[in-house]
Parts: sequence; structure tokens; C-alpha cells
Amino acid sequence: MTNKILTTLIIAGSILALNTSTAFAGTAEDKGLAIAQEAKIRDEGWVDMTAAMNMVLRNKQGQESVREIRTKTLEIANDGDKSLTIFDRPIDVKGTAFLSFSHTSGADDQWLYLPALKRVKRIASRNKSGPFMGSEFSFEDLSSFEIEKYNYKFVKEEACSIGTCFVVEQYPTDENSGYTKRVVWIDKAEYRILRTDFYDRKNSLLKTLTTEQYQQYNDKFWRPSSMKMVNHQTKKSTDLSYNQYQFGNGLSASDFNKNSLKRAR
Amino acid sequence: MKKILWIGIGCGLLMQPALADELFFEATGKISTEATLYAHDGQFSNQDYRSNLSLSVEPELYWEWNDRQDNLTFAPFFRKDQRDSERTHADIRELSWVHYNDNWELRSGVRRVFWGVTEFQNIVDVINQKDTVEGLDKAYKLGQPMVNLSLVNDWGIVDLYILPGFRERTSAGLNGRFRSGLVVNSDATTYEAGDNDKHVDLAARWSHSFDVYDMGIHWYEGTDRTPQYSAISLNSDSVLSAHYQQMEQVGLDVQATIDSWLWKGEVIRQINPVENFWASQLGVEYTFYGIQESATDVGVLVEYGKDQRGKLANSAMQNDIGMGARFALNDTQSTTLMAGAIYDLDFHTTSFSVTGDRRIGDNLTMSIEARAFSTGNSNDPAAIFAKDDHLKLTLEKYF
Repeated sequence: MTNKILTTLIIAGSILALNTSTAFAGTAEDKGLAIAQEAKIRDEGWVDMTAAMNMVLRNKQGQESVREIRTKTLEIANDGDKSLTIFDRPIDVKGTAFLSFSHTSGADDQWLYLPALKRVKRIASRNKSGPFMGSEFSFEDLSSFEIEKYNYKFVKEEACSIGTCFVVEQYPTDENSGYTKRVVWIDKAEYRILRTDFYDRKNSLLKTLTTEQYQQYNDKFWRPSSMKMVNHQTKKSTDLSYNQYQFGNGLSASDFNKNSLKRAR
Repeated sequence: MKKILWIGIGCGLLMQPALADELFFEATGKISTEATLYAHDGQFSNQDYRSNLSLSVEPELYWEWNDRQDNLTFAPFFRKDQRDSERTHADIRELSWVHYNDNWELRSGVRRVFWGVTEFQNIVDVINQKDTVEGLDKAYKLGQPMVNLSLVNDWGIVDLYILPGFRERTSAGLNGRFRSGLVVNSDATTYEAGDNDKHVDLAARWSHSFDVYDMGIHWYEGTDRTPQYSAISLNSDSVLSAHYQQMEQVGLDVQATIDSWLWKGEVIRQINPVENFWASQLGVEYTFYGIQESATDVGVLVEYGKDQRGKLANSAMQNDIGMGARFALNDTQSTTLMAGAIYDLDFHTTSFSVTGDRRIGDNLTMSIEARAFSTGNSNDPAAIFAKDDHLKLTLEKYF
């Protein structure tokens, strides 16, 4: 009896879902997950990528401070990516490099190379919520997107700067996350993230990230040239501009070990 | 052996002009100004001062060619000290050619190598000589001539070293601080090896990361970097003579990184003509992230160092507990602060230190170092530092 009611409800629910403008079925949770899965699938197969990043940090008074970073990333099937981050500026940290093996579940493996000491240090990866190089981006804001990192809830569709966007709430599954939730605006046509609102542990709005100037590479992968993070609570902001994206550099696992970390520069 | 090394570097240099079109060159470096204030006049003669100024320059020239598979680094170091003529010194920190392929790397020339995981001392770190006049921090090391073949395997990285030539440990001169009543005279240095400082030393290390563990096992055979000092008479002056013995050592270093905990250990077994011994340095570090809703991380660490030779050991922590707290503000200026204390369980003496760093603007950093020695027991080798409590301010300009 109960089963019958349940089945009827599910069918009714499916029909309702079909009647909306999207092809996703099920609850708001299922729909949110399906959007994340579709975004992930559309971005699979890039194999490897290198890019240069320039960050301009601004405090409340508008004083600026610049960071320059280069990254190399290797896509790993069925697990998180391997990445090497090389610091060029500020000049006192030049030559410092960071190696990370991210995992879809469990803690990431991270090492830091300190050139003045010639020392490679394994570091704890629990510190997801800490600021990256004193900027308004935290480590988790810059880590690779994995489905398992969040629970999802579809909110609505609404008009956005490039057409129509899905608005999805993402609830971090990692208890060490600095957020209770993120609200993400994803464009319906190409599944590009245009805006992200971050809510702190007290569930108040902390930051807004605006992602702009998308370009398509290899006729498939969309990458932004500009990311602007504004902290509503401290009034500080960080502008991150990406350039020199390159795909298919022929990188392999041997470019991501302690030896390559030491000679990174 | 040294010849092979220079031929190696020479080949590296010669290969360069042929491919000048893809040659990359970069010159960087830093100039460092240091002012030290002492709480007292020194306890020995020629130490009647309470301030000292010093300047150092460390340029680095870097060339890269052959599609990044070859590079050459030249990093000389110069220091001028106001008072200590031994601290006024120059060194080649690095002059080396590195060639790498997918799974191996050949590094030839003068280089510095770091082995270890612990914070207060690294007993497994045996390749380079210490540049003691630079400061009490273990980070200061002299460049060591070497040929190092590094092989990357699925089961870990194997490093093989041939180390031709030996560097004597630097030590304070007559007008310097941080010395005993007698001054080390390098004319009086003796070696166990018949070929003195020409002895070719050998080393090998396997290191690997798996799961939460980072591990290294090493073997070393050759001249001990740590000297034994003895008072002798040289030209009717009393001086300290350094004796460098031959030794063979195996050692293990392990770190387990579990959540916010870092468990660290270093163990060595050394065979030498005087007294074979075991030594270990074991510790743990826990980090509190983002304390009180701020970006500040606070790490607390405790380490214990033990040397089987006991009070006669020439290591810094023969039966000592080290404790520390480090603060990382994670601000735009990358401000860090570390406070530490080392308590000697044999001599019941304590040394304290506070160090801090902060960036100023774009290319300047400022650091402070304060050290105090509570050495009531004159039997403690550290008693020679009893009047050397100090505050050191350093301003570094990067270019």
C-alpha cells in the first residue's frame, strides 16, 4: 500500500519535473546534483593544463599588493587532480613551490618547497579555510571541483549576464570547510559558473566571487580570464586574472613529484 | 674527483651557447642588513661591546636551456661584519649544473642538500657543513661539492652522492660572540683521513611518500662534519684545534601527517673510532587553524632529543626537551612569529628564543631574533653563551 503511494508520488513528481523547462527529474537535491554532474562531465578530458595567475590584493583603504603564480595541473581519472604551483611574486617567496595531490575523498596530500632551506615539507591539508597568500581566496576556493565535495540543492532559474542561469546551493561535505554554503549561478547553455556567494560558519554572507571573460579552449573547455572576490565583511577584495592557459602540454605523473617540486622555479 | 666535477660543470656551460636562442637567464638575490644588540658585554676578552652591525649580499644567477632540461645556478655569498673578522667571509652557496630527464636527474657542482623532518635539530642532515658564524639557527650551511644522481621510481626516489672535498666548520674569531674562551684556529685543524680534506665521501638515500607517511633512509661514509675540539698551544698561544674523524652512519627520518597532527622522528646509528652511538630526535606538532574566527594559525610543538653518548655528546640536544609555538597571521605581509625554549635535562639549563618575520611593501622583509640563555650550570657546553643574550634585527631587500 505505502509502496504504491510512493510509486505514484514518484511518477507524479517526475511528470511535474518534466513539465518544467529543464530535463532534470526529481527533487531539488537531485536536480542540483545533476547540474553539478553535467558541469563536471562537460569539463572532462582536458588531460593537462598550465596557466599563469596574477592577483591584486586590495585592503579597505585601497592599498594594493601583487602576487604572481604559475600552475601546472594534471587531470587524474577517478580521483582529484595533481597540481604544482610556483610562486614568482612577492619576490621574497620567489622559487617557493607547492605540490598537491587532491583526492575526491579523504585528505589531500600537500608538500611545500622552501628554496632558502632547500627543504621539502609535507604540510597538513586540513587548512582549507585559510587565506591563500594573504588574499581573499581561501585554499578551498582554488582547489579543483569534485562532485563529492558538496551536497546540492537547486533553487531556481533566473536571467543572468549571459542568458539564463541555474541557481544552486552547494553545502560542503568537509567539516573543515570555512563555509556553511555556497550559492552558485551557472549558465544554462555552457555550464559556466558566473557568480558564487559564500556564507560563513555563522551562515551570513561573507564573500561574492564574480567570474568573467570566459574563453573556450580546444573547442570544449571554458576558462575565465577574470575572477573578482569581494569580502563583504572586511571590505577587502582580490582580483585574480588568468592568462596563458595552455592545454595538452604532455605533462605526466613524473612532472609531479618531490624532484620536480625542487626544480620547479 | 674534483676534476670530474669541474669537467661536468664545464660541459654544462659549453652546451649553452649552441642553443643561445632558447637560453633563459635570470638574476635575483638579496641584500641583508643586520643589527645586533647584546644585553651584556661578553664574558671573554675582546668581547667588550653590546652592539654589532653586519651586511651580507647573496646574488643568484640562473641559466636554463635545452627545453628546461638543463640549468646552471651560481649563488655566491658575501658577509662583512663590523667586529668579527671570521664572520666577514665569502662562500659559494651554489654553483651547479642540473640535467634532468623524465625519471632521473644529475646534479653536479657545489650545492646544499636538506634531509630531515624535525624542527629543533636535524641529526640526519649530514651532507653539508654548518656555517656557524651566520647564527645559531641550523639553516645556515656551506656549499658542498658533489655529484648527485637522483633516480625516480614508483617505489621512491634514490639519491646517490659522491662528495669530493670537505669544508671546515666556520667559527667565531677573536672579536666575535658565540664562542668559548679560546678561539678555533684553522691552522691547527687535524683529520683522521690520510688525505685530510681531500677525502671523497659517499652517501645514498631512499625517500618515499605513501599514504600519510613521508620517509627517508640514508647511509653516509666519510668525514664527520661535526668536529671534536681540543685546547692546544700553537705558537705559544692557547687555541682550539678542530679534529675531523671518519664515520659511517645510517639513519631514518619519518613524518606522519594526520589531520592537524604532524608526528616526526629522526634516528641515527653512527660508527666512529671514538664511540659508536645511537641518537634520536622525536616530536609532534599540532596546528589550530583560524583561531577565534581569525586567519591566524597557531602551531604548538614538542620535541625530545637523545644522544647515547650523554653529557659528552657534541650535539645540541643530547638529552633535551624543546617546546615551541608558532603563529602564522596569514596576512598580506605574511607575518610569522615563533617562540621556543630548549630545556637540558642533564645540565638543567634553558635557552629561549623568539623569531619573527614580516614583509614590508613589495620587496623588503624584516625579521627579529631574540635569544636568552639561562645557564646556571657552568658544566653545560652552552654556558659559554651566558652573556650572549641578544636581540637581532634584520632587514632584507630582494631584487
